[in-house]
Amino acid sequence: MSQVISPHEDTIVALATPQGVGAIAVIRLSGPQSIQLVNNVFYGKDLEKQAGHTIHFGSLREGEKVIDEVLVSLFLAPRSFTKENVVEISTHGSSYIVNQVIKLMIRQGARPAKPGEFTQRAFLNGQFDLAQAEAVADLIHSDSEASHQAAMSQMRGGFSGEITDLRAQLIHFASMIELELDFTEEDVEFASREDLRNLVEKLLKVVERLIDSFDLGNVIKNGVPTVIAGKPNAGKSTLLNALLNEEKAIVSEIAGTTRDFIEDEINIGGVIFRFIDTAGLRDTTDTIEAMGVSRTREKMKSASLILYLFDLGDTDMIEINRDINLLENLGVPFLKVANKIDKGNKQLINELNRLHPDTIFISAGKKKHLDLLKDKILELVNLDKFKTGNTVVTNIRHYDSLNRTRESLLDVLTGLDQEVSNDFLAMDIRRSLHYLGEITGEITTDDLLANIFSKFCIGK
Amino acid sequence: MFPEYDVIVVGAGHAGCEAAHAAATMGSRVMLCTMNMNTIAQMSCNPAMGGVAKGQIVREIDALGGRSGIVADKSMIQFRMLNRSKGPAMWSPRSQNDRMRFAEEWRLALEQTPNIDFWQEMITGLIIKGKRIRGVKTSLGLEIPSKSVILTNGTFLNGIIHIGEKQMGGGRTGERAAKGITEDLRQLGFESGRMKTGTPPRVDGRSLDYTVMEEQHGDAEPEKFSYSPETKVLSKQRSCWITYTNNKVHETLATGFDRSPMFNGRIQGLGPRYCPSIEDKINRFAERDRHQIFVEPEGWDTVEIYVNGFSTSLPEDVQLKALRQIRGFENAKMFRPGYAIEYDYFPPTQLKLSLETKLIDNLFFAGQINGTTGYEEAASQGLLAGINAHHKVKEKEPFILKRSEAYIGVLIDDLINKGTEEPYRMFTSRAEFRLLLRQDNADLRLTRYGYEMNLASRQRYDLMQEKEARTSELIKKLEQVRLRPEGINGALQENNTAPVKENITVEKLLKRPQLGIRDIIKMDHRLEQELAQYHEAVLEQAEIQIKYRSYIDKERQMVDKINNLENLKIPHHMDYSSIKALSAEGRQKLSKIKPETIGQASRISGVSPADMSILTIYLGR
Repeated sequence: MSQVISPHEDTIVALATPQGVGAIAVIRLSGPQSIQLVNNVFYGKDLEKQAGHTIHFGSLREGEKVIDEVLVSLFLAPRSFTKENVVEISTHGSSYIVNQVIKLMIRQGARPAKPGEFTQRAFLNGQFDLAQAEAVADLIHSDSEASHQAAMSQMRGGFSGEITDLRAQLIHFASMIELELDFTEEDVEFASREDLRNLVEKLLKVVERLIDSFDLGNVIKNGVPTVIAGKPNAGKSTLLNALLNEEKAIVSEIAGTTRDFIEDEINIGGVIFRFIDTAGLRDTTDTIEAMGVSRTREKMKSASLILYLFDLGDTDMIEINRDINLLENLGVPFLKVANKIDKGNKQLINELNRLHPDTIFISAGKKKHLDLLKDKILELVNLDKFKTGNTVVTNIRHYDSLNRTRESLLDVLTGLDQEVSNDFLAMDIRRSLHYLGEITGEITTDDLLANIFSKFCIGK
Repeated sequence: MFPEYDVIVVGAGHAGCEAAHAAATMGSRVMLCTMNMNTIAQMSCNPAMGGVAKGQIVREIDALGGRSGIVADKSMIQFRMLNRSKGPAMWSPRSQNDRMRFAEEWRLALEQTPNIDFWQEMITGLIIKGKRIRGVKTSLGLEIPSKSVILTNGTFLNGIIHIGEKQMGGGRTGERAAKGITEDLRQLGFESGRMKTGTPPRVDGRSLDYTVMEEQHGDAEPEKFSYSPETKVLSKQRSCWITYTNNKVHETLATGFDRSPMFNGRIQGLGPRYCPSIEDKINRFAERDRHQIFVEPEGWDTVEIYVNGFSTSLPEDVQLKALRQIRGFENAKMFRPGYAIEYDYFPPTQLKLSLETKLIDNLFFAGQINGTTGYEEAASQGLLAGINAHHKVKEKEPFILKRSEAYIGVLIDDLINKGTEEPYRMFTSRAEFRLLLRQDNADLRLTRYGYEMNLASRQRYDLMQEKEARTSELIKKLEQVRLRPEGINGALQENNTAPVKENITVEKLLKRPQLGIRDIIKMDHRLEQELAQYHEAVLEQAEIQIKYRSYIDKERQMVDKINNLENLKIPHHMDYSSIKALSAEGRQKLSKIKPETIGQASRISGVSPADMSILTIYLGR
C-alpha cells in the first residue's frame, strides 16, 4: 500500500474541552507555528525557549487588554498527541473567554480546526495503529454530524437563507463574467462593469453586516455584556449578589463557586446577562470620573448595557448629572439606578423625579424593587437591537469564512479600480464563492455553466 | 494474416490519428483500423480548430509532441487570436481550415510515421481473454491480435442520422454506422448511453451575396498553433462573414417543428446545451428576434460554405426555405442538408485516469465514445490514450496530467469523476487554475514531459529550454534596469499614465495596466538595443510573468494547497464496503469511481466531507 504523507503546514486551533461552561476550558493548537503564535500574545516566559512537557503561567493579552490568566502546556513534536508542536491553553471556563482566545489565535494566523482534524492529524502522523482506525473513524463521523447539526442550529433568523441568496447573486455575477470569457464570439450582451461594482458593493455590505453580527451573535449565545458602574461604595457588589442570589436556582453553575469574579451570568426572564469586570467593583480608584481614562472607557463601551448605580446618601445632583452626561456620551444604553432609598433625602429624590423620571429607586441590601429593576433591564434589551430580527452569525468557522469572502470581494473591487480584465476578476470571485461554499456547500463550475445555459442563448 | 500489434486503434478521426501517431512515435507497433481510408481525419463538423479553451488544448497537444497543431497550421486559411482584449490566460488561438488539406496533412503525417500499419474494414468485435483484451475482429471475420486496443469510434457506434422524419443508419452523412462493438462491450458489463449532436447545411458560396454581410478578417499579424519551426504563419488569409437570422426565418423554421425529430420524440439522446440546433434556439429563446450566422469557407479553393450557427435536423425543404430568408442567402443553393445524429457512448466514469477501462485491462477509450464533443477534446484524449496504451504495453507508469498542469488534465479528471450527461465541451471556466493554463506557456508546462516520453523531439525540448532560460534572464534584467524620469516622463504621459519623480525599474513600469513591454522599450533607446536580441515569445512571456505576478502567485498557492491532497494515493484495490463509517452514497460512488488519490475522491459528487475525513484516516497507514 503506497502512502504519501505530506506534513501539515498550517496550524489549527479549537476548543479541546466540551462546549459549555465548565470551571476551566482547554484550547488546543497543533502545527509547526503553534508555539510561536501563542508566544506572540503570551505575557510570561518566552515559550519558544521552553522544553516540551512543561507548564507555564502567564496572561494572554491583545494589545493592552488582558483576556485571561492562563496555564500554557507545551508539547514539542513529535512527543505530542498529533506528533506536531502542540500547545494547550487552560483558560477560565467561560465561552466568552474561549471565543476571545480562539479569535485571537486566528488573528495570529491559526486556522479553526475542522471536525476531528486533531485526530486526523494524529492518525496521519502515525500516532494510532491500523487496529484503532475504524473506531477513530466512527468517532469522527459522529463528530462531524454533530458539529453539522450544531452549525445548523446556530444559523438563526434566516442565516442560511441570506447566505443562499448571496450565493445565488454571486453565481450570477460569476456566470456573467464567465459568459464573456468563454463565449466571446457570441451575440450576447455582457454586464457592465458598473453593474458588477454595484453588485459587489452590495454583497460586501451584506457580508460585512454578517461579520459584524458575529459579536452580537455571541451576545445572544453567551449573554448580554453588562457593567454596573458607580462609586466604590454605591453598593455594586451588593446589587450583584442580590441579583445573583435571587436567580440562584436558574443561574448557570458558575454561581456559588468560590473563585473570584471574572464574570457572572445571571438569567433574567430567559435572557443571559454577563456581568463583565464590573467597573469599580474591585479597584477603588476606578470611579466614574476615571472614565476619562481610555481603558475604563473601552471597558464601558464594550458593554451592551450599563447599570449606573449611585448611593442616594452619598451623592448630589451635580455629581449625578455629570455622570449621566458622561454615560450619554458613551452611546451605550444605561439605566439610572438609585440605591439605598431608605437613606435618601426627600429633596434629592424629588429633584431626581423631576429631572430624571426614569430613575429606578431600589435598595440592594434590602432587596427592594429588584423586580422593577429586572423589568426595566429586560425592557431595555428587548427594545434594543437584540430583537431586530436581523441575521446573526454565531459560529466561529462561519465568521472565518465570511472574513475570507470579504477579503476576496475587496480584491474584486481593487481589480475593478485597477481596470484588470475579467479573467482576473473572475479569479477573486471564485475565491469568494469558494469561501462562501465552506458555509453553504461547494460551488462547482457546473453551477456556473448551468446558470449560463439557462439564461443565455449560446452556441453556433 | 496479421502479426501481434502493441496497439490497435479503431477509428481514424482526431482521437484515433493522435493515438496512433503518439504510440508509434514512442516505439509501439501500431495498427490503425478505419472503415474508409479516404476519410481519415475528417472535420465532420465545422472547418475550424481552436477557440476559447480549445485553442489552449491544441497548444498543449502540440507541446507534448502531438500532431494536431502542425496539421492545423499547415491547412489553415485564417487565424484569429480570440479574447485579445482580456488577460493572457484568455487569449485563445482559433483557425479556419481547409477541410480537405487538413485530412490530407494528417494522412501524410501518419503514412510517414514508422510503425503504423493501416487496415480498411469495419471492426465488429473485440477479442477478450479473461479480463484482458487480445485483439479485434473484422466484418470479414478476420482477427487482428494485439496487446492493447484504443476505441475512438466517434459517432459511428449504432449511429442514426435524422433529417426531418427520415432516419437512416450512418456514422456521418454518406457513411455506414458501425455495429457489434457496443453489443460486445455491453455483454462484458459496460454501461452505454445515447448522445445526440448535429451539423448545419452546406451551401454553394457562389450563390451568396456577401455585400450585405459583415466581413470577418483574420488577424493582421497572424500567429499559429505549433511551437515547432516546422510550420509558418499565414501570409494571406480568407475572410469569414457574419449575417443574422430574423423573425421570418424563425417562423418558417417553426412550420417544420411537427416534423422535427427533436420535438416529436424520435431523438432520445441528449444534445449539448451550448451547441443547440437553430430550432432549439428559437424554441428556448423565443424573445430573441435574431441569431448570429457565421459564413465559413471550407477551404482555399472550394466554393462550399459551412453555415455555422444553423445546425438543424428539420426537413430539408424547410431548411432551404428558411435559409433563403437570411440576409445574403436569398438565392442560396444547398449542397447538403443539416442533420442530427444519435450515437452510443460509454459513460466515462467507467475509465481510469489513464483512459484505460476499469473492466477490461489494456482497453482504452478516447473521443466521442467518452461523451465529449469537439475535435480538440477528442484529439487530446487520443494523444493520452496512445501514450498510456504504449506505457501499459511497455509496463511503464501511466501518464496523468494534473488539473493544475493542463486543460487536458481538467478534461480527463472531469470525465472520470463526474461523468457527463451531455456532450462535454471544454470551457476555461471548468479549469480552476486557468491563469496558469495559458496558450503562451503550454510548452513550458508540458514539453519536458513529451520529451522524456520520446514523443516531443529534442529540437522542441531545446527550444523550450532556451525560451525558459532567456525568459528568466530577461525578467532579472527588467527588474534591474532603471529608467530616468527625464527620459520617460513624456512618453508616460502620452500613454495616459502618471510621470515618475525618481528612477524606476522596467519591472515596476510594466505593472501599470496602461503599459505593455513594447511601449516601454520604445521609451529608451539603450533599452531598445539591449532587448533587440530577445525573441518575441520571450518578451511576451516575461511581460506576462511580471505583469500578472500577484495573481499568478495567488493561484500557485491554491495549487499547492490542493496538490497536498493529490499526493495522497489510494490503493487500487481499496474495499470501500468494509469501511462501515462511510455514508451509503459515498461508499457506492467511491466503489464505482475507484479514485486514485484523495484529491480525486474529493471531487466525486456524492462523497461528503465527512466521508473524506474517514477515508483520510483509513489511508494514514
